[in-house]
Amino acid sequence: MTQLALVIDLNVCVGCHACVTNCKEWNTSGPAGPMVDQNPYGKDPTGTFFNRVQTFEVGEFPNTETVHFPKSCLHCEDPPCVPVCPTGASYKRKEDGIVLVDYDKCIGCKYCSWACPYGVREFDEQQKVMKKCTLCVDRIYDPKMTEEERRPACVRACPTSARLFGDIHDPESEVSHAIREAGGYQLMAEWGTNPANHYLPRRKTKLRIRVDEIERADNPLKIDSQLPKPDTGAPALDDVTSW
Amino acid sequence: MTATPVEEIKKTTCYMCACRCGIRVHLRDGEVRYIDGNPDHPLNKGVICAKGSSGIMKQYSPARLTRPLRRKAGAERGAGEFEPISWEEAFSTLAERLGKIRATDPKKFALFTGRDQMQALTGLFARQFGTPNYAAHGGFCSVNMAAGMIYTIGGSFWEFGGPDLDRAKLFVMIGTAEDHHSNPLKMALAKFKRDGGRFVSINPVRTGYSAIADEWVPIRPGTDGALLLAFIHEIVAKGLYDREFLVKYSNAGQLVNVNEASDEFGMFLRTEVPEEEACYDPQDKLWWDRNTNKPVVTHTAGTDPFLLGEFRMKDGTAVKPSFQLLQERVKDYTPEWAEGVTGIPADTIRRLAYEMGVTARDQRIELPIAWTDSWGNEHDTVTGNPVAFHAMRGLAAHSNGFQSIRALAILMSLLGTIDRPGGFRHKVPFPRPIPPCARTPNHPKAVQPNRPLDGMALGWPSDPDDLFVDEDGKPVRIDKGFSWEYPLSVHGLMHNVITNAWRGDPYKIDTLLIFMANMAWNSTMNAVEVRKMLADKDENGEHKIPFIVVADAFQSEMTAFADLILPDTTYLERHDVMSILDRPISEFDGPVDSVRIPVVPPTGECKPFQEVLIELGTRLKLPVFVNKDGSRKYRDYPDFIVNYETEPGSGIGFLSGWRGKGGEKFMRGEPNPNQWEMYAKNDCVFHYELPKSYQYMRNWNQGYLEWSQRNRITRYAEPILIHIYSEVLQKFRAAAQGKGLTRKPPAHLKKRIETWFDPLPFYSDTLEGQASDKHKYPLAAITQRPMAMYHSWDSQNAWLRQIHAHNLLYVNTHTARVAGIEDDDWIWVESQWGKVRCMAKHSEAVEPGTVWTWNAIGKAAGAWGLTPDANESQQGFLLNHLISEELPGAGLANEGRVSNSDPITGQAAWYDVRVRIYKAEAGEPEQTSPQFEPLKQYPGQTERRSVWNFFAGKVNK
Amino acid sequence: MHPAFSVIFLTTLIGVGQGLFLALFTAQSYAGFGLLHEQSSGFYALGSLLSLAFLGAGLVASFFHLGRPERAWRSATQWRTSWLSREVIVLPAFMGTVALYGLFHWLGWRPVLLTLPTGLPVDPTAILGVAGTVLAFALFVCTGMIYACLRFLREWHTPLTVINYTLFGGASGFTLAAGYAAVAGSDLAGFFAGWAMILTGLALVGRVASLIRNARLKPKSSLQSAIGVKHPKIVQKTQGSMGGSFNTREFFHGKSKTFLRAVKWLFLVCVFPVPLLLLAAGFTDGAGLPLLVAFGVQYLGLIAERWFFFAQANHPQNLYYQSIA
Repeated sequence: MTQLALVIDLNVCVGCHACVTNCKEWNTSGPAGPMVDQNPYGKDPTGTFFNRVQTFEVGEFPNTETVHFPKSCLHCEDPPCVPVCPTGASYKRKEDGIVLVDYDKCIGCKYCSWACPYGVREFDEQQKVMKKCTLCVDRIYDPKMTEEERRPACVRACPTSARLFGDIHDPESEVSHAIREAGGYQLMAEWGTNPANHYLPRRKTKLRIRVDEIERADNPLKIDSQLPKPDTGAPALDDVTSW
Repeated sequence: MTATPVEEIKKTTCYMCACRCGIRVHLRDGEVRYIDGNPDHPLNKGVICAKGSSGIMKQYSPARLTRPLRRKAGAERGAGEFEPISWEEAFSTLAERLGKIRATDPKKFALFTGRDQMQALTGLFARQFGTPNYAAHGGFCSVNMAAGMIYTIGGSFWEFGGPDLDRAKLFVMIGTAEDHHSNPLKMALAKFKRDGGRFVSINPVRTGYSAIADEWVPIRPGTDGALLLAFIHEIVAKGLYDREFLVKYSNAGQLVNVNEASDEFGMFLRTEVPEEEACYDPQDKLWWDRNTNKPVVTHTAGTDPFLLGEFRMKDGTAVKPSFQLLQERVKDYTPEWAEGVTGIPADTIRRLAYEMGVTARDQRIELPIAWTDSWGNEHDTVTGNPVAFHAMRGLAAHSNGFQSIRALAILMSLLGTIDRPGGFRHKVPFPRPIPPCARTPNHPKAVQPNRPLDGMALGWPSDPDDLFVDEDGKPVRIDKGFSWEYPLSVHGLMHNVITNAWRGDPYKIDTLLIFMANMAWNSTMNAVEVRKMLADKDENGEHKIPFIVVADAFQSEMTAFADLILPDTTYLERHDVMSILDRPISEFDGPVDSVRIPVVPPTGECKPFQEVLIELGTRLKLPVFVNKDGSRKYRDYPDFIVNYETEPGSGIGFLSGWRGKGGEKFMRGEPNPNQWEMYAKNDCVFHYELPKSYQYMRNWNQGYLEWSQRNRITRYAEPILIHIYSEVLQKFRAAAQGKGLTRKPPAHLKKRIETWFDPLPFYSDTLEGQASDKHKYPLAAITQRPMAMYHSWDSQNAWLRQIHAHNLLYVNTHTARVAGIEDDDWIWVESQWGKVRCMAKHSEAVEPGTVWTWNAIGKAAGAWGLTPDANESQQGFLLNHLISEELPGAGLANEGRVSNSDPITGQAAWYDVRVRIYKAEAGEPEQTSPQFEPLKQYPGQTERRSVWNFFAGKVNK
Repeated sequence: MHPAFSVIFLTTLIGVGQGLFLALFTAQSYAGFGLLHEQSSGFYALGSLLSLAFLGAGLVASFFHLGRPERAWRSATQWRTSWLSREVIVLPAFMGTVALYGLFHWLGWRPVLLTLPTGLPVDPTAILGVAGTVLAFALFVCTGMIYACLRFLREWHTPLTVINYTLFGGASGFTLAAGYAAVAGSDLAGFFAGWAMILTGLALVGRVASLIRNARLKPKSSLQSAIGVKHPKIVQKTQGSMGGSFNTREFFHGKSKTFLRAVKWLFLVCVFPVPLLLLAAGFTDGAGLPLLVAFGVQYLGLIAERWFFFAQANHPQNLYYQSIA
C-alpha cells in the first residue's frame, strides 16, 4: 500500500515562503481553484492558502534558535477529518493515501476542520467549500508532465530542497530513508492520527579544535620569526670596549 | 460548451528580485497561469522563490501605471493629481527640454536609477547625453562591499563572486541580507549543510539564513571591523595564515617605505625600471630575500621574502614588508579588546579564529587540475583551503564599512581562500585589476554642450588625480561622487542627489529623471524632509528642482512627486539583457549572460524604459543612437541589442552569446541578426564553461588571464596581486599629508582623508556613533530583508502582502521589559533626527543593543495601489524617518554638512543610526506616525478588487 | 472555538423541541397509567406543533451554518461514521414522528391497538410517543456526540457533553411545557414545572461537573509537540498570514477572558437559579407569566451557555496561531 507524503527538513528550511506562494499560484488556476483573496489591496488581506510557513523562537538569548516551520495537510494515515464528514466529500484515497476533498460534495459545514488538530484545512470563503493540500494530485500523475514536473509545486519550488516527496511505506524511498536516518518525526503524535508527513529536526555540525592542534610543526612563524642576522660589519660592543 | 483553453509555456528570466533566475511562464488563453523555475537554467536549476512564484500578482496588480501622466496644472507635487497624455506628447516635452539642457549645460540633467538591471544602457545614455550626473542604486546599497573587496582582491560577492559551498567545510556568513543572490545561496546552503559543512552566522539578528546556522554569533551593528581584526590578530599570532599563498599571490612581502620624512613614505619600493602608465599592477616591487638577505624584485626565481622585520635599503631608507605592518596594526586588536566592542565573548572570537585557521590549514583540498601561474610556474594541482565567507549589506551599510570589508578580504586572503576551491570564487568578468581600469574624467571640462561626456560617469580612482573635481577641489557631480568628500564613490551617492539638487550644492539642476527608485520613501534617508524638498519652491514660486520625471511600472510614493510619469512595463512584458557589460549572472565556472523575452503584451500604454531611452536618444541625436546623417539607427531595443557594438567593429556588444553572423562566436563577434532567437531557443541564457585549468586562481592564472585578454574582458593579462596593504589608499592619505605630486585635498577635508584612507584596515566607531550620545540613544536600529518581499516592490502583490502586511519593531525581550514594553505594544522609536510610532515585538533572536524591522514594508497611505486604510500605511512603518542623509560635519566637511556615508566610498550608512524606545501614551492613536495625505489612484490604474478569485484564463471573461 | 450562532440556535432550539415533546409524552404516559388527568387532544396537538416549530427553527438555523446549503441532502449519506450525518437523519425522523404524534392527537385517532398484559391500552399515539421518545434521546445523543466525539477538543470530549445536551433540552422543554400548560389552561403546569425544576437541577449538576472538569484539564498538546522541538521555551513569532486566516476566524472567539467569565456567570444565573425561582413560583400557583418568563430567561441563558460551550473549547490548532509579525 502506498502512502504519499512530504518530509520537511527543518534543518535547511530558511523560511522563504516559496512553497507557500508556488502552491497558491499552481492551485488557484487548477481543480482546487479559484482560491479566493479577500481585501487583496485593503485592510487585513486574507486568502485561501494550502500551505503556510510560520516562525518560532526556541530558547533564550543568546542561545536562541529561530525555527521556520512550513505546515500543510499532513495526510494522516488515520485522518480524523474523514469519518466526521457527513457527505463523504472528505476522503482518503486507498491507492496513495492522499486525503482529499470532493468540492462537488462538500456542503461547507467546516466540521472536518474541527476534527483536525493541525489547523491545515482552509474554508474558501468565496467558493464556500473546504479546501486543503492535495499533494498536487493534478500534477503527480499528469502524463503530459515530465517526471521532474510530476511532483507537488511546493517541492519543486523549494530552493533548499527542504521538502521531500515520496512513499513513506516504501522502505527504500528517499523519504523513508530520510525519516529513518535523520530522525523524522510526526506532529502531535499524542493524538494517534499517524500523520504521513514527517519533519526532520535541526542537526548541528560542531567543530572541535584541540589545543595541541592549533599550532603545527610547519608553523609559518618558524620561518617568519627568523629575522636576518645582523651584518658582521655592523657596530658591536667589540668595537668600543676592551674590558 | 466551453472551448479548450490554449495553454503554452514561454521561457524568460525572473525579475521579482535581482537574482535573475530562469523561469517558465505558463499561459492559459494568454493569461499567466503559473510561473515555475526553469530546470535547465544554470542559476536556479528549477527552483523559484516566494516572489518569483507571485509574479502573476505583480502582472495584474492595480498599482500598475498604464498611461503616460502629467501633473495637473495647479496641482502640488506629492498630491498625486495627474492627467493622462500621449506618448508623443511625453516624448516631445522631454526631447525639447533635454535638448535645451544638452545644448547649454548637460550636467543640469541628472539620471539616477534604482535596482534596475540595465545600467549598461542607462549609463551609455547618460554618457552620450554628456552629463556626469548618472548613477544607479549602488551607493545606497552595498558599494562598500564592491569597493572594499575589489580594491583588495579584485573581486567581490554576489554578481562578482561568492563562496564555493560545494567544497567548503566551514562557512562564515557575516551581515548578509537575504535578498542578495537569494536562490543560489539558499540552494548552496542546503547542500552545504547536508554535506556536513559547518555554518556560522555572525549577525545581530537571527532570521532567514542565520536560522539554520550551526552557530549564531550575535554582534553589535557596525562593529564587524573590530571582530574581523581580532580574527586577523589571532590568525597572525598563531601562525595560522597560508604563508605560501600570501607570498606568491599578495603584496604581503612587498617592501614599504617607512621613513616618515620621505615623500615616498608609505609607498612601495620599486625597481628603477620605469613602467608605462597603465591600469595594472606592474611587477616592479621589492621583496627582502631570505636567502641573500638583499632586496630583490618580487617573484624572482629562487627567492623567498621576509614577511616580518625591518630593513634598510642601501640609501638608508627604512623599509618593512606589508605583512609586518599588518602584524603591527593588529597587535592590539586582541579578542579581549574586540569583546568590549562587539559584545562577543573573547573565547568565542578565539575559538572561531582557530576553527577558520585550522580548517583552512588541515583540510586542504587538492584537485588534479594542472595550471600555469603568471610567472610561468606550472602546477600539477589546484589546492584550496575550505573556509568560505559571505557578507553583504550588514558590513557594507556603515560609515566604517569600507575598512571592515577590507579586513574581511584580508582575513580571507590570510586563510588562502581567494579563487580557490572551498573558498571564495570569482565570476567572469572578475577578477579585475586593482583598481579596475574604468575612470571618470578628472576635470569639469569633460562636460561640454552637445558632446558626450569625456569619460565614464562612474569609475575606479587609483589616485587623487583621478578624482572628478575642479581646480579648487570642488565636485563636478551633483552627488559629489569622486570628490574629496567621498573619493572612491564608485557607485555614486544617489541618496544625496535630491538634497544637493534642492540646495543647489554644488549647483542647481534642471531635470531629474528617476527610474524605478522610490526616492520619496524607502530608498531615501530622512524621507519626511526629502519629500518636502521634492515639492519645495523658491522665492519666485518655481520648484527648486524644476522638472522631475519618474519612470516606473507601479504607483510608488516617488511617482506622486513627478511632473511627468512614464509607465514602464513589467518583466513579463519586455526584452532585457543581463549583460556582460553590466552585471551578468556568471557562474564560478565561466561567463553567463541572459535575456528576458516578453511572454505577454504590454499592459495599456506601458512602454519598456529601454525603448524610452532609445527613442529619446534618437530624438536628441545622441551619437550612438543615430546614423551619420542623424537618422534613426535602431528600430527598437531588441534591434539595438543585436547591432550595437561598443566601438564600430569591436565585436563586443551587450550579449556575449551567439555572436557572429551565424551565431558561431561568443564573447566577441559581429552582430548576429538571430541572436534573440538563439537565446530564446537556449533557455534565454548563454553559459560558457571555462576549461578546468582556467577556473581557479584567476588573479594569477596565466591561461585564464590570457583567455580573458583575448576575449577583451580585460585589457591586460598581468597578475592581480591581493592588496593586503593598499597603496591606493596611501596615495590619498599622502596627499592629505601634503606629500607626493598629486592633487591635494581642500584644507577642511585633510583630516578626514588622512584618518580614513589608512592603507591597512582599522576599526573606528561609525560617524553617526561618534556624533551620538549613546546614553540617550542606547540602541542600534537596523533593517533586515524579508525573503518574501524585495525592497518596496511587493506590497502591491496580493499574495506576498498577506505574508508581510505590516512590520513591527523587534526588540530583545529583556531590553523591552526594562523599557516597560510588552509584546505588540505601540511604542515610539526616536533618533536624534526623528521619531516613528510603531508596534513592538519581543524577540530572543536579536542582540540586546539592537532593534530591527523588515525593510520597506511600511508604505504611504494610498500608494502602491493599496487602500488608504491598508495595514502597510496604518501599522507598517519606515526606519528611514529616523535616519538623516547628512551628518553635522564636526569640522570635517564643507559648510558643516557631510553625507551620512562612508568617507571613503560614499556608501549610505543606513545601519549606523542610534535610537531609544519608549511606550506610546495610553490615549495615542493605534496608528503609525508619521502619516501623510493619502494618495488617490491615478488615471489608468485598474480598479482595486475587494474580492479576487483569480483563475487564469477567466480573468478577462 | 469561534461560537457560530447558527449552531448555537440549532442546538438550543431543537433541544427545546425535544424536551417539549418529551414533556407532552410524559404527561400522556402518566395519564395512561392513570396518574394524571388525560388532556384534550388539542393540548397534545398544539404542543406538538410548538415542538415542531422549535425543531423547524433549529433546522432553519442549521442551514445558515452551511456554505453550500443546496447540497445539504448529501449529508445523510455517511451515517456509518459521522455523528453529524446521523443527526441529519434522526432530526427529520424525529420531526416526522412528532408531526404524526400531533396529527393523531389532533384527529383523535387513538384506537386501542392492543392491550398490554398489565392492562394498559396501547393506541397509535402511544406507539408514536414511544418512538418519538426513542428518537428524541437518539437526537440528543447525536447532537451531543457531534461535539463529544472530537477528541482534540477535550472540553467537549466527555460523556458530560451528551448528558448536558440531554438535560438542557429536557429542562428547557419542560419549562416551556409548564408555561404552555399554564397558558393553555391545563392543570399540568405544576407537574411540568416540577419536572423542569428537577431537570434544571440535574443540568446544574451536570454543567458544574463539566465546568470543574474543564477547569482541571491539562492540555494534551503543547507547542513542543506541535512543532516537535523539545525545549521548555518556545514562542511563536509569525503564523504566515498577517491579515488573519480561516484558522484565526474559526477557532478563536476573539473575546477577552473577562468577557468569557461574564458570559459564564450570565448563563449560570439565567439557566439555573432564576428559572428555578420562577418555576417554583409557577409550581405553587400555576400562574402562566412566571413560567413563561422562566422559559424566556432560561432560553436566553442557554444561548449564553452554548456560546460559552464553544468559546471555552480550546482547539489544539490554536497552538499554531498565537502571534503575527
